[in-house]
Amino acid sequence: MATELIGGVEIHVDEEGFMTDPGEWNEELAPALAKEIGIDELTDGHWKVIRFLRDDFAKEGQTATLRRVSTMANVPTKDLYQLFPKKPAKKMSYIAGLKKPVGCV
Amino acid sequence: MKKLLVLGAGTAGTMVVNKLRHRLDADEWQITVVDQNPTHYYQPGFLFIPFGMYGRHDVVKPKRDFIPPGVEMIQAEIEEIEADNNRVKIEGDRWLDYDFLVIATGTHIAPDETPGLEALGDEGPDNVHTFYTLEGAMKLEKRLRTFRGGNLVMHITEMPFKCPVAPLEFIFLADWWLQEQGLREDTNLTFVTPLPGAFTKPVASKALGGMLEEKKIELYADFNIERVDLDANKIVAYSEEEVDYDLLVTVPLNMGAAVVGRSGLGDELNYVPVDKHTFLSNQHDNIFALGDAAALPTSKAGSVAHFAVELWTENFLRFIDGLEMLEHFDGHANCYIESGHGKGLLIDFNYDTEPLPGKYPLPGIGPFSLLEETEMNHWGKLMFRWMYWNILLKGKEMPVPALMSMAGKWSAG
Repeated sequence: MATELIGGVEIHVDEEGFMTDPGEWNEELAPALAKEIGIDELTDGHWKVIRFLRDDFAKEGQTATLRRVSTMANVPTKDLYQLFPKKPAKKMSYIAGLKKPVGCV
Repeated sequence: MKKLLVLGAGTAGTMVVNKLRHRLDADEWQITVVDQNPTHYYQPGFLFIPFGMYGRHDVVKPKRDFIPPGVEMIQAEIEEIEADNNRVKIEGDRWLDYDFLVIATGTHIAPDETPGLEALGDEGPDNVHTFYTLEGAMKLEKRLRTFRGGNLVMHITEMPFKCPVAPLEFIFLADWWLQEQGLREDTNLTFVTPLPGAFTKPVASKALGGMLEEKKIELYADFNIERVDLDANKIVAYSEEEVDYDLLVTVPLNMGAAVVGRSGLGDELNYVPVDKHTFLSNQHDNIFALGDAAALPTSKAGSVAHFAVELWTENFLRFIDGLEMLEHFDGHANCYIESGHGKGLLIDFNYDTEPLPGKYPLPGIGPFSLLEETEMNHWGKLMFRWMYWNILLKGKEMPVPALMSMAGKWSAG
C-alpha cells in the first residue's frame, strides 16, 4: 500500500490519496492535509465539520455524506461548498483523514 | 397470542405477510399490516407510461387482493412508533401493540426539499416533471404529446433513490421515442447526475456511459443541485454550474417515511439503520426494517426487497425460537435496464461484486445476457410484470436465487 509524507509524518493512502488508516490521523495533521488541497487556513467552520466527521465515523464506521453533515451537524450544504470549494465531500473527508463517502447504489 | 405488526403493504410488507402467514401457527400468532394507501402500484411500470407503452390500468391493483386470509389489514395513517413501549399509534387515536415490528414503509419523493420543485404536481409549471409517481408519469405523457424539441434534461437530485437505473432507462427510451416521432434531431438529450459517471460501479458505469455516448446523449456528472430556477428554466448546482432545459424530468430527493424520523428511528433521510445482513434494527432487538425503508448500502429496488424477504423469513423463524440468525443477506440486486428499440440489458450484483458482463442462467427460460443489449432482456422485463403480480407479491417461489451467484459472470479483470 502506498505511503505519503504529509507534514513530516508518513501516512498510508489509497490511489486517490485518501488516508486508509483513520488511526494515523490526529488534529495536528489536518492543517497539512488541508494545504495539500489548497486550503491554507482551517477556520472554526472547517473544524466544526472535521470534528463532526471524526465523531460520526467513530460511531457509524463510515464517512458521513454532505446530506448527513448538513442535517446532523447543522451546516448548510451551501456553507460546505464555501468551506471546501468545488468538491466538499472529497475535500472534507480528505482533511479529516477518512475515505470519501460512498455514493450508494 | 404473539403479535407481529408490519408497517407498509408495499412490495416488502406484502411479501412478508404472505411468507409468514403460511409459516406461523395461526393459533399462536396474530399478523397485522397497516398502510394508509389502498392501492398497490407496480412501480417499475411508471417508466413506460410517459411514452404511452403502459396506462394506468397496467400498474394498479387493490392492496387487499394481495393480503392473504388470516392477516388483518388496517387502512390508516401511521402516526407514531413508540419503540420503547412496543406500540404504534395510528389515525383515530388507536394504539397497536406488538411483540415484533417490521418497518416496510418504503421511500418516497420529497420535492419540497429542493427550492423550485415545491410546485411539482398539478399546479406546477408545464416543463418540470417526474415519473416517480403515477400522477406524475401520466402528466408527463400528456406533456410529451405536445413536445416539439429543445433541451430535454433527465436529472437526478441525490443518492440514494428508488430504482437507480430508471433515469437511464428513461433517457434511452426518450431517445428511441423521439426518433419515432421525428423529433430526435431537434432535441438535445442531457443526463445530469450527482454521481461521477453514468452509474455507481466502474464496469457498469463505463458500459452505460458508452451507450449514452453512442446515442448522442450528453452526460453531465458530479452535479449537486441547489435549486431549480423556474423563471430562467435552468437547474443550478451548489458549485454554481447551470444546465438549461426546455423540458426537465427530475428524480426529486428520496426520503423514508416521515413517521420513522418523527419516532427517532431514522437516519438523516428517515431510513432505518439496520444490520446489513439480518435487517435487525441497531437500536431495538424486536424491530426489523425491510425493503426501501432500510438504510442499506445496496439499491433501493423491488428485487432487493424480494431477495431480502426470502432470507429474512427463514431468519425470523429462527430468531423467534431464540436461535442465531444464519442466512446472511449479501445485498443482491438484479435489474433489467430498458434501452429502447425493443432491447434491454440485465445487471446482477451485490454488496461486494459490481455488475459484470456474462450470462445470467435462468432454468427453463434463460440464459439472459448480462450488461449487453438484447431483445431477450426486453422481453424479460415485460414478462416480469406478470411474475410480480402473480408470483412475487404472493410470496411464491421465484426461479431466481436470493444470494448472488458468480455462475456465468466474467470476472472484472
